[in-house]
Amino acid sequence: MKQQLEQIKSQAMAALDAAQTPAALDELRVKFLGKKGELTAVLKQMGKLSAEERPVMGQLANAVRAEIEEKLETRKAAIHAAVLEAKLVQEAIDVTIPGTPVTMGHEHPMNKVLQEIKDIFVGMGYQIVDGPEVELASYNFTRLNIEEGHPSRDRSDTFYFTDDDAVLLRTQTSPMQIRVMENAKPPICILAPGRVYRKDEADATHSPMFHQIEGLVVDEHITMGNLKGALETLMKRLYGEDAVMRFRPHHFPFTEPSCEMDMQCHKCHGTGEVDGNVCSTCHGEGWIELLGAGMVHPAVLECCGIDPEKYSGFAFGMGLERMAMRRTRINDLRLIFDNDVRFLNQF
Amino acid sequence: MKLNRKWINEEFVDLSAISDKEFVDTMTIFGQKVETYERMDAEIKNVLVGKVVSIVRHENSDHMWVCQVDVGQAEPVQIVTGAQNVKAGDLVPAALHNSYLPGGIHITKGKLRGEVSNGMLCSLKELNLTLGDFPYAIEDGIWIIEEDCKPGDDINTVIGNDDTVVDFEITNNRPDCYSIIGLAREAAAAFGKPMKHHEPVVQGSDAGSMYDKLDVEVPADQLCNRYTARMVANVKIGPSPKWLRQRLRANGIRAINNIVDITNYVMLEYGQPMHAFDYRYVSSGKIVVREAEEGETLTTLDGNVRSLKPGMLVIADENKPIGLAGIMGGENSEILDDTTTVVFESANFNGTSIRQTALALGMRTESSGKFEKNLDPMMTVPAVQRACELVELLGCGDVLDGTIDIVNYVPQSRTMELEPEKINALLGTCISEEKMVEYLKLLEIGVEDRTIHVPSWRPDLNLMADIAEEVGRSYGYNEIPTTDLKMSTQGGYTPFMKLENKTGVLCRALGYSEIITYSFVSPAIFDQIRLGADSPLRNTLKIQNPLGEDTSVMRTIALPSMLDILSRNNAYQNKSAKLYELAKIYLPVEGQVLPEEPKMLVLGTYGAGESFFTIKGELEAIFAGLRLQKASYTAVSDNPSYHPGRCAKVTVGGEDVGYIGQVHPLVAANYGMDAEVYCAEISLTKLAEHQLPDPTYVPLPKYPTVSRDLSLICEESITVAQVEDVITASAGNLLRSIRLFDIYRGTGLPEGKKSLAFSLELRADDRTLTDADSENVVSKVLAALKDRLDISLR
Repeated sequence: MKQQLEQIKSQAMAALDAAQTPAALDELRVKFLGKKGELTAVLKQMGKLSAEERPVMGQLANAVRAEIEEKLETRKAAIHAAVLEAKLVQEAIDVTIPGTPVTMGHEHPMNKVLQEIKDIFVGMGYQIVDGPEVELASYNFTRLNIEEGHPSRDRSDTFYFTDDDAVLLRTQTSPMQIRVMENAKPPICILAPGRVYRKDEADATHSPMFHQIEGLVVDEHITMGNLKGALETLMKRLYGEDAVMRFRPHHFPFTEPSCEMDMQCHKCHGTGEVDGNVCSTCHGEGWIELLGAGMVHPAVLECCGIDPEKYSGFAFGMGLERMAMRRTRINDLRLIFDNDVRFLNQF
Repeated sequence: MKLNRKWINEEFVDLSAISDKEFVDTMTIFGQKVETYERMDAEIKNVLVGKVVSIVRHENSDHMWVCQVDVGQAEPVQIVTGAQNVKAGDLVPAALHNSYLPGGIHITKGKLRGEVSNGMLCSLKELNLTLGDFPYAIEDGIWIIEEDCKPGDDINTVIGNDDTVVDFEITNNRPDCYSIIGLAREAAAAFGKPMKHHEPVVQGSDAGSMYDKLDVEVPADQLCNRYTARMVANVKIGPSPKWLRQRLRANGIRAINNIVDITNYVMLEYGQPMHAFDYRYVSSGKIVVREAEEGETLTTLDGNVRSLKPGMLVIADENKPIGLAGIMGGENSEILDDTTTVVFESANFNGTSIRQTALALGMRTESSGKFEKNLDPMMTVPAVQRACELVELLGCGDVLDGTIDIVNYVPQSRTMELEPEKINALLGTCISEEKMVEYLKLLEIGVEDRTIHVPSWRPDLNLMADIAEEVGRSYGYNEIPTTDLKMSTQGGYTPFMKLENKTGVLCRALGYSEIITYSFVSPAIFDQIRLGADSPLRNTLKIQNPLGEDTSVMRTIALPSMLDILSRNNAYQNKSAKLYELAKIYLPVEGQVLPEEPKMLVLGTYGAGESFFTIKGELEAIFAGLRLQKASYTAVSDNPSYHPGRCAKVTVGGEDVGYIGQVHPLVAANYGMDAEVYCAEISLTKLAEHQLPDPTYVPLPKYPTVSRDLSLICEESITVAQVEDVITASAGNLLRSIRLFDIYRGTGLPEGKKSLAFSLELRADDRTLTDADSENVVSKVLAALKDRLDISLR
């Protein structure tokens, strides 16, 4: 019987090694271990054995079963692995074929730059506000200290809706200063981007509709040094730490003192020359005019019910198109409003 | 405002040691921004004074001459000329080999009919000069130089081109800087040097008094602040001296004759425009400053006949206008070669009036450009004195005794307190009081014991902040320490801006690119999108003075802007486009001065694969992303801009928010497109009112969902929404969702019928559903469908 068991074992091992498919393994399992299998057949003869032999043979038979079962599992794993391997080889694809296209939309380059600027100011504590584009002359001019008869009020410069010139398309975002100050008390810290309108024919550098960004800060002890700080922070975040600015005295009716800020030309680094020729970016000036600013005029504070003896403030206004064109190297303003998808897809 | 540096160096403050670059940079930083600057000799190079040593006829030409010209070199050079006015001994401008003339003309040596010519002799014109500059020369011929110069001298020096012209951008608040004296004052202060002043002195003559000859009346006292006049008799009209002509030329003014040149010179120097009338044409010896009468005309000095209107200020004699005040004189009183008696006018007119008249007549002049800045009325007397002084200096007439000076308005002399603490607090500086006083004095603003005496030429100085600007710019804006401000305010966006931002992100994720279009449109758009004649959207805000018809009304609807851009892209042969705009529209409101300005979300698309259902699916995705209340879509056939069978009104949370659909083929054709165009116009302003609250967690289901599919047969006219409504209403609370998964028409179905297949998901929160439960739901649903819509199972 021991011999029989040994023989079953060696036959089973050889057969299992030779088997190549899961089906063949299954067949062998039935053949050796099944109810009508060879091992069962041998075990049925156990009754004929002596009481001493029975446990020994029983042990042996169990060991043979265990060995066959283990071999069966090992072979099963090996064959499954081989089958999977073959399947994977067959399933191989050309991974260089492009993916299924998904079209992404693009943000308009100007709004992209606007978003960047807004985020910078939000980080500095500015609340973003919006206001009407069809505006009263009193907000757009009078309360900003721009007197009757000022050239900017001319019908050659400003679009009007009424015979008495009382309702117009705002020519600047500065009326937002008044709208904010008459409704809020200091501390005020706002940024008001929006559309503005002037009577200019559209060309490479002009558009009858364009965008400005107005900033206003009013509180106790606000200084011109604070104004410079805010604008320098903006420029360094937008154009990098090495951006060089300069401030020049200028005149706006609603700020005093007033200034303009120039940025050193990035192309010629302020020399006005590139390879011996006049720099095409700054036209030889070495500087590019970026924005106007100043300390809020006491008369403007007063007309909004803010005591100019107690509070001071600064305001600034910049043209968004100019900033966006500089940043994205767009050389013709008309492209911005043309909305050609080949243009939009670049951003 | 142009300034030639030599003039201020010679007369007011000597800054000749300062380079042009340093001069313009310093002036710009000081607050007088330089637009451009240019060396006057930049255009003319290698042109020298030559002396004609000999001149002989060209052997092969009957009109050319061969000259030997001494140009200060060892040997004379040979130059051939075609001019007939040159003789031996003459001094002439000689453009040598490799020289440059104005306009970029390059002169090189060559041969003229066999004779070598090492350059060219020049006429005035070739040097960009006129007879006004050198009246003794002739127009058609070489300029025979009668100046104090010698062979070899650079012609630029002889002309007076050794100078730099600087063009300043003058701000509106500084009318004083529209003058050489004003800019010299700024330059002196910018470089910290004192300025020289000159008080005009008139000797007078024994030719009598002007009071016997002239009477001035100013009935238009609101438009004329001051009218000052003096007279000159025994005038000898002739050319001005060279120094005067040169200064005019450097400032771009043509020399005409001594009297006219004097008025122009004083205008440049003092910034006070002046006019000279020929007294013999001032009828009855009376000057009246009045408004024009309706129907009056005046032929101005430029020869144009001007139709005048009330409101326009004129200088008239007893009978007729003889000048357009502050803008241009009349031809009828022009200074002529035989003029003998002259009236100098030095007046101060209302700036706005002058500007509006100049604008109305389309004739902005140097003079009107200055007046419109509102000049200092205190300037009229010094200016007229200066003019008379120059008459005496030039010896061109006898100044009559007396000055007529009619004063309607002059500013009161003003004082202010110097408040150094407040100035430092505003600027963020620690500038000492002494330093502030020093700065102000350099600007010729008087200070005594903290009392500032504001000069009449500085109308802009009224408040502490104005003085702070003077101190600040003198100290240097760039020297003010930069400080970071830590505001206690909370930065951020309004809820609506957050909605806008999110909408933009969703649109882009769905493949739409952003566009920006004009807010004003053509009134023709309403016809282009087939809007009915009585549509309320045709009630627009109209710009009274638009650039053109195409941009003359504020849009009340944003669809046309989108169609415009789609059509443009189509014209650019872009095969497809998916675009969105967040567009304000402008809706007039009855009884309200300002319109409402709600914001629209507009989607627009054309190209392969686009259909009503693609754009609808995208809009649904946007709504889902924005977390809005339930949206529903109702078929509408009466929106004239859309395909009558492919347009839905969109309702969110019970409010109509806009439309979605295929653009009507006739509208597409109006925009030059024959492709299918799909658009959606949704009011973002309305959507903002229908956002769901922020989500909170709902426990996940504990029991499984059962899915039951129903394949139904119904009339073609029945809509999916109708079927869904009946299912929802009849299924009871076990129904969790309905999904349409197939629509079938054709074989196996009767004519006029279609099959709709829905999948219903059923679930209970407290138990696992049994077959009986779901059978119960299905039978209720089928009964209701049969009953209400005559729908049966397929």
